[in-house]
Amino acid sequence: MVAVQAADTAEPGVPAGLAERFEAVVAAEQRIEPRDWMPDAYRATLIRQIAQHAHSEIIGMQPEGNWLTRAPSLRRKAILLAKAQDEAGHGLYLYAAAETLGVDRAELTEKLISGRQKYSSIFNYPTLNFADVGVIGWLVDGAAICNQVPLCRCSYGPYARAMVRICKEESFHQRQGYELLMTLMRGTEGQRRMVQDAVDRWWWPSLMMFGPPDAESPNTEQSMAWRIKRHTNDELRQRFVDMTVPQAEHLGITLPDPELRWNEQRGGWDFGEPDWSELMRVIKGQGPCNTQRIDRRRAAHEEGAWVREAAAAYAKKREESHV
Amino acid sequence: MTTDDHVYLTLAEGDHEAEARWAYGTGFADPLLGVDTTVPPDVDGADLSLYCQLLGDDALILAQRLIEWCTKAPELEEEVALANLGLDLLGQARLLLSRAGQADGTGRTEDDFAYWRAEHEFRNVRLVELDNGDFAFSIARLLLFATARRALYQRLAAASPDPVLAAVAARGVKELAYHQEYAAAWTVRLGDGTAYSAARMQAGLDAVWPLLDELFTAHEAELRLGLDPAELREPVLAELAAVLAEAELTVPTAGPLARIGGKAGREGVHTEALGPLLAELQSVAREHPGATW
Repeated sequence: MVAVQAADTAEPGVPAGLAERFEAVVAAEQRIEPRDWMPDAYRATLIRQIAQHAHSEIIGMQPEGNWLTRAPSLRRKAILLAKAQDEAGHGLYLYAAAETLGVDRAELTEKLISGRQKYSSIFNYPTLNFADVGVIGWLVDGAAICNQVPLCRCSYGPYARAMVRICKEESFHQRQGYELLMTLMRGTEGQRRMVQDAVDRWWWPSLMMFGPPDAESPNTEQSMAWRIKRHTNDELRQRFVDMTVPQAEHLGITLPDPELRWNEQRGGWDFGEPDWSELMRVIKGQGPCNTQRIDRRRAAHEEGAWVREAAAAYAKKREESHV
Repeated sequence: MTTDDHVYLTLAEGDHEAEARWAYGTGFADPLLGVDTTVPPDVDGADLSLYCQLLGDDALILAQRLIEWCTKAPELEEEVALANLGLDLLGQARLLLSRAGQADGTGRTEDDFAYWRAEHEFRNVRLVELDNGDFAFSIARLLLFATARRALYQRLAAASPDPVLAAVAARGVKELAYHQEYAAAWTVRLGDGTAYSAARMQAGLDAVWPLLDELFTAHEAELRLGLDPAELREPVLAELAAVLAEAELTVPTAGPLARIGGKAGREGVHTEALGPLLAELQSVAREHPGATW
């Protein structure tokens, strides 16, 4: 892995010592800050990853937002609204972290709504009953936590610091989701049915949140060398399954995988193979909600253009009157 | 790697009966906990309950409209702000409706009021139930409502016949001050932004202005409690006029929207906008009667 790193950071025209310093900082588990020299490919990888993460927070408001107006108690409505607000806040921090790398939010939003940048494919699935809100908290936020907690130690300072706060709030959301499911499972037959239905639909997409199998994950090796990524997709997926199975049992629901069984020998759960062809279809734009999600984001952005223009015009007038 | 797993691993551990506490933590704890909820002997419980419903329904229905902005706001900062306003109003609605159920001795909960009443039993003013319209319309509505409601809470916090209501108002007045400031700032930005935004802001104000009067028109229960909202009319109009002057907008001249046989929102006579709003708000709860959420 050291060889990969050295080859990629040896850029022509870089003053002597900068690449070495970068490598030394990363190797010593210290942080790269915005004004430090960094390889172009490192910068591009971070912009792509942080933007994708920010977009996921913003698009991720839609599936749960679908239940905001219908939440069946005022307490649940307040919890869900506070969560949607947190997600908008996470999007803001993350866009701000991306901006430290020399891009701006408007440009990234443009890339999102024109389909040139991605967001997590999980949000291209629909939320079809109120228990989906709980299952998203438990499984989707849970998988996100598995992916994101290691990012608190990411080599790029602004991203790492944003992730510390985000992970705390995500863990709170996960607990709220799990608490909702516990309540529903103690409730009526109809409520329990909702939970099982939601788990049946979200289990496999949640496993796919860790990305393709390691053998087919082209960016993993470089990202790990740069200390952007800490664990491989398959490692994180296994960890997620191992942590989730006992929680499913505690809830009293059945995970929809007939191959799920404890492997005494290696001390972990064996599980079936996700349908990778489904993941590829969703990534390529054929998921159940891809078009809907982007259309909604684009409509909000376009319908808000006159408001942003007015605010800019007003700010400019104020500035001129102060000069 | 073990340090990374801590958050997740503790999820199903520990005292499971205490799990409900995880749904709190950002201000959702029982708001009336520790407050003496005895209705003062000189206050009519039915009137107090009705008054709490008037204010609680205003807050609930406007919160529902603000929630509809989620994922549709013109900028991410506005997503955060509008959700925040919605949360404040939802919090007020929960306090007020809980109080309504205590005051009339029926023991009805906030959810009984929100999910199980029929349209004609909702007592909100018509202003808050109208569809969101564009951003300018929503801001115009918010400006009118927040200015009037802040003035009302200020009065209640200082002199309420009910200590619980006074406590709710004291908290609410701080929240409404921010709502008013937020709405006023956008009114000025849009009014003094581009020619296009000024036209839309003026159109928004013109559309909501005829509904302002209802906020100052007393229901008989308000009069019996000695809380005539007509007293707020002049100071509120003066505050609004000051904002519109700064925004270089015109104070609309249209008169109040007609009532129907003398009745409007406070008497349960609404616009066509409320029915669909309630159908949506109540749908899941009503699909599962008797369920706990």
